[in-house]
Parts: sequence; C-alpha cells; structure tokens
Amino acid sequence: MQDRTYSSYKQLEQKSKYTNMFLRWFLYFVLVIFALYFIFPLYVMVVTSLKTMEEIRQGTLLTWPSGLNFDSWLVAWGGRGYGAGDTFLKPYFWNSIKMVVPAVFFSTFIGAMAGYVLTKWRFKGDKWVFLFLLFGCFIPYQAILLPMARTLGVLGISNSVIGLVLVHTVYGIPFTTLFFRNFYVSIPSELVKAARIDGAGFFKIFFKILLPISTPIIVVTIIWQFTQIWNDFLFGSTFSFGEAAPIQVALNNMVLSSTSVKEYNVDMASAIIAGIPTLIVYVLAGKYFIRGLTSGAVKG
Amino acid sequence: MLKWLEKNLPKIVMAPAVGLIGWFVYGFVLWTLYISFTNSKILPKYELWGVGQYVKLWGSRKWLIAVDNLLIFTALFLIFCVVIGIILAIFLDQKIRAEGVLRTIYLYPMALSFIVTGTAWKWILNPTLGIQKMFIDWGFENFTFDWLVNREMAIYTIVIAGVWQSAGFVMALFLAGLRSVEDEIVKAAKIDGANLFTVYWKILLPMMRPVFFTSFVILVHISIKSYDLIVALTQGGPGISTTMPALYMTQTAFHKSQVGLSAASAMMMFMAVAAVIIPYLYSELRRENAR
Repeated sequence: MQDRTYSSYKQLEQKSKYTNMFLRWFLYFVLVIFALYFIFPLYVMVVTSLKTMEEIRQGTLLTWPSGLNFDSWLVAWGGRGYGAGDTFLKPYFWNSIKMVVPAVFFSTFIGAMAGYVLTKWRFKGDKWVFLFLLFGCFIPYQAILLPMARTLGVLGISNSVIGLVLVHTVYGIPFTTLFFRNFYVSIPSELVKAARIDGAGFFKIFFKILLPISTPIIVVTIIWQFTQIWNDFLFGSTFSFGEAAPIQVALNNMVLSSTSVKEYNVDMASAIIAGIPTLIVYVLAGKYFIRGLTSGAVKG
Repeated sequence: MLKWLEKNLPKIVMAPAVGLIGWFVYGFVLWTLYISFTNSKILPKYELWGVGQYVKLWGSRKWLIAVDNLLIFTALFLIFCVVIGIILAIFLDQKIRAEGVLRTIYLYPMALSFIVTGTAWKWILNPTLGIQKMFIDWGFENFTFDWLVNREMAIYTIVIAGVWQSAGFVMALFLAGLRSVEDEIVKAAKIDGANLFTVYWKILLPMMRPVFFTSFVILVHISIKSYDLIVALTQGGPGISTTMPALYMTQTAFHKSQVGLSAASAMMMFMAVAAVIIPYLYSELRRENAR
C-alpha cells in the first residue's frame, strides 16, 4: 500500500513539480468540500439548537449563535412543565434504554451459540441452516408487520417495551449469527478437536476456549445491534404508541406535532438528543462499527 | 437418554434460533402471502378471494406513484452513492494526511437514525428559514429552493438526504476493496508505464467488480425498504407525491384498514427484494465453496 502510493508519487514528481502540487491541492480541495457537505447538517443542528427563535428568524442557517444557550435542550429533554400536551424526550429515552439492553443481550447470546454450532459442531445440512437464517437479514419487514401485530396482540404485549424487546431480539438473530459464524470460521477447529479429545464438553469448550478470544466480535455485534435497535423506527412506530414508544418515535411525534409556533431550536435539540448515544459509540468505537457495517454487507 | 442429549446438544442449542426465524420470518411471510389472497379489511379473514388484491393494487394510482418514485429514487440513489463513494475512496487512497478524521466525517451519518437526519434535512430544506433564506440573505434575491413543498421536486429532497446518509458507506466498502489489492499488481502496471489514472480506470476498478455488486445489492435493498426517511422528511407529501411502497404498505394497513391490499403490497416488496438477494446469496455461497 505505502509502496504503491510512494511509487505513484515518485512518478508524478518526475513529470513536473507543479502538476504534482496542483494535483495534491485538488485532491485535498475535493476531500474538504465533501467533508463540509457531510458536516453541514450536524453543524446546522448544533448551531440551531443553541439559538433563540428570534435569532433563528433574523439570521441564516450558518449564523453563529449569540451565546451558549441550552434552553431548548432543557425543553427537549424535560418539557416546559405545563402538564398535558407537553411532550419531551426523557421518558422515551428510558424506554429505548429498557428496550435496547435486553434485546442486544438476548440476540447476541443466541447468535453466539448459533455461530458456535454452525462452525464447530457441524452437522449434515448446516450450510442450509445458515442460509435459512441469513435470508432473515434481508426480508423487507413490511412482509411480517401484519402477523407480528396480531401475534403481539394475542400474547398481550402489544404497545409495550417487552413486545419490542421480542421483535428486536428475533430480527437481530440473523445478523448476530452471521457475525459470530464468520468469526468462528476463522478460528482453527484443531483447538476444539483437541479439547474434545481431552473430554471437554459442549459448553466448557465454548466458555473456556472460544468466549475468551471472542471479545472483538462481541464488541462488533453489540455495537451493530445497539445502533440498529436504537435507530429503529418502523417497529417502534408500528407496535407502540403513547407512553411505551421508543425515542425515535417520540422524536418524530414531537417534530410533527403542530403547535401554534414551530420551534426549530427545540426540534434540533431533540434530534441531537436522540442521535447522541449512537454518535458517541461511533466516535469511541468507530473501528468496530465499520467492521460490523462491512461484514454485515459483504457477507449478508 | 443422557447419551442422546449429549449427542444432540448442538442441535438443541441451535433450535431456538432456527425455531424463532422459522416462525417469525418464514411463517409470517407465508401468513402475509395467504392474507394477500383474501378480502381482509380491518381484521384478517381467512376465506380465499383470489388475486383481487393484486388487481386492485396495480390499478391504484397511489401504488403506481409509489413504484414510480421507488424507481426514480433507486436509480439516483445508486448512481450518486456509488460515484461519490468511489471518488472519496480513491482520493483517500492517495496517502492523505488526516485520513482517519476525514473517514470518520464521511461515515458518521450511518450511525444516525433516518428520523434524526430527516429532521435535520427538513429544517435545512424548508423554504421559509432554511437554505433558501440563506441565499436570499446573502444577496441572491430571486433564489428559490422549494423542493420540499413542490410536488414535482419533493422526491429529489429524499434523494439528497439518502445519498448524504449512505455515500460514506460505499466509500468504506471501496476503500476496503482497494486496500486488499496486492501492491505487486499496481507496481507491475507502473513499470509498464501506466499512469495513475490508467491504473485505477483500467486495472483497479475492474477488479472491484464484487464490491460494485455488493454495493448495488445493499443500496437497492436500502431503497426498497426506505420508510423512516420519508416519514421524517415529507410523510409522503405534498399530497401523495413522495409515497413509496413501504409507506404505502403501512398506511394501507394501519390508516386505511385494508389489510388484504396492504399484504399484497408487502408481498410485491418481498418479491422485489428476493429477486435481488437470492442471486446475491447464491453467488456469495458459491464463492465460499470455491475457497
């Protein structure tokens, strides 16, 4: 990699120092323009959330706020305190946490077990079983919404956080299985065989041999599932309303609610609050996030 | 008994995953398929009614608009994401300073929900206080940018936001692809006198065929399923001008209480996705078997 760019660099150098310089500048220019395009909405969100409505009307999207004014953030998080009709994100934020934590845990655990069996305890037709699960990554969820709504109703858990935990656990399994299966495939089976000869059983091999070396893939899986479930809107909006709604649904309701005056600063603060958990995870563990994205894509 | 348990333990551990997916994915899809052949309204009915719902679906103006929008959106979304993704990947591959920072910036939208980004873009694109006002305040007094509330143009605002969200993803795929190419290949080409442009255009990009294929599948898949972004940006409006199949499906089921018709639309979406995914899975599996 380094050699390649180095040699291309040298070749350009031979041609002419000026063309070379021009090309480098052009390269950086294009990259920075795109960076600005990607940063622009985030910048606008943050700046708008710190302005008063008066400032918003007078300035433009790009105008710097007059000061650090977190009023709209407080309103978005905790409301104005006038009771009925006062919607704010705090309770829904907790709904999302209560939904995400168990759903991520269960789907990761089931996926880890399935990936373990599919690679280390192979049986006849295991390839087909994997394909059977893998297809679940791709189905358009519209094709399961109606029966799911009925089922949740029959089970008496529609419009509840528990119902959403079930939904997210189930539809996360194809992805978590995929992650763990692809990870365990690369781990030499000799390890497992040797342990079996020594008399180690199914669970002992998993917990003593595989689990200790699984940290990277567990991180990838947890981050992937967390991001997916936190950001979900389709299931949340279809299977819950009112008090049980997760944060994305609440955000959408808040933004759409047509009170007399549209408060864009509160809208933007709400959007940032709803986006901040996944954004923090992305900034802190971007490497694992990207790994999940590309392996989730390249293989399924 | 204990022996049997021990022998079948792996299969028993595997059972919950298979059972859950079997029931909640395959069973439910079949259920939806069945319902699409009935005349269900608010509640599902189980007497078969034939293909009436499909006839009704393809005779519905709203559905035709939804399909039309899907085609427009998919085409533009694909082209822009792939072109921007490739340009960024190639440029980043030139030993750039601060590559890590730039990569992080290009990809962060993928970490946000479509509702969050939709809310942001809705504010940016709104004609009264958004971009339009910005340009007018800068002195372009006749500048208009009202796509969000313009029937003809609203679908393109969804393209703008969608591309912004997903282009970085394509960049990541291509960057990973480019970096997996052996240096020797490029060196050999250089020795033969190929310049940088030729190296990419004639050698590296053709080698990226699997990455193109993957991006194509993922992007088409995203666009067929796109729902959140439309809800957050336009709710299918103005009028019904930005309706897409996923939105049509939920509206028909939960607002219009036409469960049968809605199931038919869901099955059309399912078939569209299957037509893209099954060949993809097949080729991926073959590649793996060949290894």
